[in-house]
Amino acid sequence: MANVNVQEEDVLIKENGFNDHFHEHHHGDKYQTNFIFHYIFSMDHKIIARQFLITGMIWAIIGAAMSVVFRMQLGFPEESLTWIKPFLGKWIVVDPTTGIGKLAPEFYYALVTMHGTIIVFFVLTAGLSGTFSNLLIPLQLGARDMASPFMNMLSYWFFFLAGIVMFYSLFLSTGPFSGGWVAYPPLSALPQASSGSGTGMTLWLVSLTLFVVSVLLGGINYITTILNLRTKGMSLWRMPLPIWAFFVTAILGLLSFPVLASGFFMLIFDRSLGTSFFLSDIFIAGQALDRVGGSPILYQHLFWFLGHPEVYIIILPAMGIVSEVMSVHARKPIFGYRAMVYSIMAIGFLSFIVWAHHMFMAGVNPFISNFFVVFTLIIAVPSAVKVFNWITTLYGGDIRLNTPMLFSIGFVSMFISGGLTGIFLGNSAIDIQMHDTYFVVAHFHIVMGVAAFFGMFAGVYHWYPKMYGRFMNETLGKIHFWGTLISAYAIFWPMHYIGMAGVPRRYYSFDNFDAFRHFTEMNKFITVFAIIAFFIQLVFVINFFYSIWYGKKMKTKNPWQANTLEWTTPIEPIHGNWPGNLPVVHRWAYDYNKDEREFVQQHIPLKEGEVGDH
Amino acid sequence: MENVLINKRNKIHPHKFALWAAMASITMMFGAFTSAYIVKQAAGNWLEFSMPMAFYISTLVIICSSITLHISFKSFKDGSESKYKNFLTLSFILGLFFVFLQYQGWTELYKIGVDLKGNVSGSFFYLLSGIHALHVLGGIAALIVAQLHAYTLKFKITDVRINRFDLVLNYWHFVDFLWLYLFLFLLISK
Repeated sequence: MANVNVQEEDVLIKENGFNDHFHEHHHGDKYQTNFIFHYIFSMDHKIIARQFLITGMIWAIIGAAMSVVFRMQLGFPEESLTWIKPFLGKWIVVDPTTGIGKLAPEFYYALVTMHGTIIVFFVLTAGLSGTFSNLLIPLQLGARDMASPFMNMLSYWFFFLAGIVMFYSLFLSTGPFSGGWVAYPPLSALPQASSGSGTGMTLWLVSLTLFVVSVLLGGINYITTILNLRTKGMSLWRMPLPIWAFFVTAILGLLSFPVLASGFFMLIFDRSLGTSFFLSDIFIAGQALDRVGGSPILYQHLFWFLGHPEVYIIILPAMGIVSEVMSVHARKPIFGYRAMVYSIMAIGFLSFIVWAHHMFMAGVNPFISNFFVVFTLIIAVPSAVKVFNWITTLYGGDIRLNTPMLFSIGFVSMFISGGLTGIFLGNSAIDIQMHDTYFVVAHFHIVMGVAAFFGMFAGVYHWYPKMYGRFMNETLGKIHFWGTLISAYAIFWPMHYIGMAGVPRRYYSFDNFDAFRHFTEMNKFITVFAIIAFFIQLVFVINFFYSIWYGKKMKTKNPWQANTLEWTTPIEPIHGNWPGNLPVVHRWAYDYNKDEREFVQQHIPLKEGEVGDH
Repeated sequence: MENVLINKRNKIHPHKFALWAAMASITMMFGAFTSAYIVKQAAGNWLEFSMPMAFYISTLVIICSSITLHISFKSFKDGSESKYKNFLTLSFILGLFFVFLQYQGWTELYKIGVDLKGNVSGSFFYLLSGIHALHVLGGIAALIVAQLHAYTLKFKITDVRINRFDLVLNYWHFVDFLWLYLFLFLLISK
């Protein structure tokens, strides 16, 4: 039966498809000829997507391992860490008389800083939107490749280069940058400020500048492809939701990353050319610095003008992926398609006018804060619309509880839990107590850390057959899901209480604070679950690499019985995606259980009298 | 860039669209610089100085270069080869002259005591004009390529070449307008 269907589809594309004369020119085949140009310097979007994914995974393991090390310090400050000395070398300071090894405080700060930088930029920006924008934009829109495959390749290699520079900085004798992932001056502006502020900070700046270039090259390409290379019939209002999400994400990146670049340029001027954009009234070791007239708050404005859209750059692709995965596996059209699109746009727009809510306690005028409080709280409206639509999509659905679906539901759970605390933190008055505490840490880890990872996992499990022609193991996938869900809540739920009590984030040790002494057990609890969570992610990594070679083979083109165009391409991926004509689109992507038909793919023409779209 | 996928149904060439997206991005960067300028200026401790003459002349020069490049583009499309080549070369020379005048302006500033390391208002001036000059150098690089094409390739009006020239022209107009904006901004915000 399945085979008959497949052939019918092929005939449909062959006869009704749109001939763009792609295969007559053989363009592109010249860079597919040998191993190096096929797998390494590839310009094929499907290969580049996998490059982004695997590089992102490597960084995720490094970033997560760092968090395990600093959680050891926070949970078990009395324990000896001598056994990590083979890995961390001189950063574990061993007391010669007792033999007890301690994590060096300056390296603790470096670990916290690198954990943030790596996860935010390398994993959840490049690894998430880089992977899925590359994979899905051409496939779901019916395009042969990106608008400029060459720029696309450069985008990956700039990211790779950024990674190399950052990785190198981990091995400096003075350590990597340690002033927090936000790199506020003066710690970032004065090389003499701390051990990581010298070469470590220089490399951090070089690495992130390369990263900005990568994001811009990628973003320009995604926007151009979405607006220019859609196949016939693929109107904007017929695009699947992930594409809408990637589109708005790319616009956010294109408009906000340059602002970060301006901040970086000014920081470079301050560091190397002796200007004082961000420096004034500073004493180092009792000596007054001769640089005056600048303002560190200025950097914070520039940083958070990127920094806030950045959290939506991270979460929007996850939202888009979850919308698609949920609709497919609930066998129901997504509820409120247009509302979903408008709320993505609303979130995107609002993200540009709320940046100062990261700075309420930094000395911003409280009257101006009111403005930012109001717009911050308004973000709850489109977010709530989206949550409502996800839940109503599930309602009454014929739900398949497989791994991608579980992760999608987990995403919604995390997004609700983390989103609610966002409403607390959006108020400038509550921030007087909550700012810089573990409450903030718990909030953003749940809402943009764990939630975004869940969206990414949902996407990986769902599109794995499209990427590798095989399935990932379901049992291991379910172990991965439940293990991650439970440990994520076990880690971050208690942090809310610690934070409400006022325990500040980023501290190396709380030995000297009587008020925080009763949290010792809670910190142990969190650390234990952090270690468990880390090892459960290794289940995913093993499953991922094992399945590339030994997973269950994909036998039909459309194993999930989904509507979008990527499932009409051959099982063995080819350059140009479709062997003959491009499919022509006749309907939106969510015709599930319509007129007695379980699913109707986008390229199937409307029947006589059938009402199309939404 | 031969391996670009062109979908004939589109009105705007994907490359041109990508260039416009990149220009939006550069605009945001200078928007950030000038916003930071306004915020810092409002915070006080701000040195006032008058802009050296060189910057007024350079503004005129870059406007002229935009006009000559436009004429060159028009003549290319109309098929008048020599006019196209001459005006292209003229634009290139004017572009170089602009950068030279900017440098001249910086030395004049330095002479009247406005130093990069001194008051932040001076630092901002060097930053804005310096990073703009870098973008102009990018445009000059594009003009060099256009020159090479003009003098080495056989004169032929094809879609591909019109499109390429159009990209250079768009970017050059962009850095021109960008400087005009910065110039007026620096003039008015004093």
